[in-house]
Amino acid sequence: MIEAVDMPQKGSSIHLSVEDLYVRFGMQAVLEGVTFQIRRGEVFVVMGESGSGKSTLLKSLIGLVEPNSGKILFDGVNFWRASDHVRKTIMRRTGVLYQRGALWSSMTLAENVALPLEQFTELSRRDIRELVSLKLALVGLTGADDAYPSELSGGMLKRAGLARAMALDPKILFFDEPSAGLDPVNAKLLDDLILELCDSLGTTVVVVSHELDSIYAIADDAIFLDGKEKNIIDRGSPRSLLQTSQDTRVRAFLTRGGERTKGEL
Amino acid sequence: MTDNAFPHTERSGTGKTPEPIFRLRSSGDGIVVLAMEGAWTMGHTLFPQVVRGLDEFCRKNRVERLQFDTANLFAWDSRLITVLLRLEEACHKRGIVFDLTGLPDGVMRLVDLATARPPSEKVGETWESGFVVEVVGRGVFALLRDGLDFLDFLGRSTRASLKFLFGLSAFRKKDLWVLIRECGVQALHIVALVNLLVGLILAFVGAVQLQQFGAQIYVANLVTISMTREMAPIMTGIIMAGRTGAAYAAHLGTMNVNEEIDALHTLGLSQVEFLVVPRVMALVFMMPLLCLYADFMGIFGGMAVAVGMLDLPFRQFMDQAGIAFSFTNLGLGLFKSVLFGFLVAMSGCFRGLRSERSAAAVGIAATSAVVMATVAIIATDGVVAVLCNFMGI
Repeated sequence: MIEAVDMPQKGSSIHLSVEDLYVRFGMQAVLEGVTFQIRRGEVFVVMGESGSGKSTLLKSLIGLVEPNSGKILFDGVNFWRASDHVRKTIMRRTGVLYQRGALWSSMTLAENVALPLEQFTELSRRDIRELVSLKLALVGLTGADDAYPSELSGGMLKRAGLARAMALDPKILFFDEPSAGLDPVNAKLLDDLILELCDSLGTTVVVVSHELDSIYAIADDAIFLDGKEKNIIDRGSPRSLLQTSQDTRVRAFLTRGGERTKGEL
Repeated sequence: MTDNAFPHTERSGTGKTPEPIFRLRSSGDGIVVLAMEGAWTMGHTLFPQVVRGLDEFCRKNRVERLQFDTANLFAWDSRLITVLLRLEEACHKRGIVFDLTGLPDGVMRLVDLATARPPSEKVGETWESGFVVEVVGRGVFALLRDGLDFLDFLGRSTRASLKFLFGLSAFRKKDLWVLIRECGVQALHIVALVNLLVGLILAFVGAVQLQQFGAQIYVANLVTISMTREMAPIMTGIIMAGRTGAAYAAHLGTMNVNEEIDALHTLGLSQVEFLVVPRVMALVFMMPLLCLYADFMGIFGGMAVAVGMLDLPFRQFMDQAGIAFSFTNLGLGLFKSVLFGFLVAMSGCFRGLRSERSAAAVGIAATSAVVMATVAIIATDGVVAVLCNFMGI
């Protein structure tokens, strides 16, 4: 059964902690000693240039790439050292929105959202159908239950992916480049949707992105990864980093190479 | 002051774009000026000679700085930039200062842009030409890795299949029915056609030989035994490898590209239970039925030749076929069809799940799934034939 949604106070405790994380592919090191914490209920953004290891970090956090060493702790439980059962339990409490939605193409939207509910709850068909309709309505896709992913636009695919990611009311949601490939209007709509849903449900949100508008709009806290250092080179809210960061790479990133002035924000 | 001209190509007299020409002249103090004239654009073959010309010039003269004179440069495109980059490399090796100031603005900016960033770090695996031993070694290791991965996949699939048989597997029943339809009913027409033709061919070939001894009635034995024991399972297996095995690999490969498999994994669902087992089961359930149908179609094809060409009465053919028919051969054929179905499904799923994330990789996965399944079918048939011989079947 789905657990009742408790409403944790934002920033009340550490939800996810990464300690001294090392990831290599063969001889190529991608992350070297990455350490940070994410507080419960906050929107945390992982920034960095292309090739800085953002996606690799995300894949380690969601269980797709096993790190060579280091710890990823969900509420204090070491994910990669936990038993298979515990790991799966943690995974079911997390939702992931992939860059292109990653909806199962042979299933309708309703079936996509229903699958996690069918597999991991003992709800009746009717209850599942109601929940599916609710999730689709929350992301503005009322009535699209029987559509197949191939029939949707990019923005709709992302919203449908979000509905599926939220199917089991996860405690933590991961987003991989949520605004990528969307026009500014749809990108803003998605950002607003993320904030609204997460505020309402008290979900912790981790976003990997290099879309500046989106980062400034949603982030409470952020880290900046650098491909050469293979580590975090700065941390803080993007707006405060813009004011205070001494690192030229961070400043260049946050000002789009110098175009953006503080007054424009 | 020396002045070396290299008019390797003559100016064309057609009045169209002038051919490129270069001249190297020394203006004293170790400064050499490369004068470029005409159109330095793609399609001309002069360019490799520029670097050779500079080399030649350097051997005869002291050169410390290379400058350019483009007053008579008629036209240029990115081909000129590539020549300049090669010249820059040559100058760098010889310790010559590469002075861009005489070049058009656009050329200077492009050269700056092309040389501004250090070369990217090596990404992915690169195959450098090396000793044959190295290439063979890499191939052998890749093969071993492939074999070990397949064994691991086989183990996980077997465990998941057992869970399926005990009703503990997580999968969608709807998917299983769709897969059964796709590899069952929808494959009937191609299985029918191919096996009908195989029966016809067998009967034709047999009839020509048997007629010489007046033993054409034994065409019925030939067709019945060979179809039920060997040809129907093998042909059905190969058809399904090309049809369904490739489709499995392409489908799973595309799911991989679209991160659909990652989405299953992050949900805590087993990709083997959810994707592989239904496919394996669908083929394992359907292959014996398809094989039975193939037996019938093959014998029917043989009968058509016997009755149509050899003037054997239908009744006589059927009686003889009845005598030749044995449940042992039929059972052996059906058993092999189950094995072949398993191999086709495993090959398709294994290659599909291991596919890399590009359109080309999905194509490669589909091709290698068919090759793998076909080789596995023939090899397994050989092993079963030897075992049957030992067991006297």
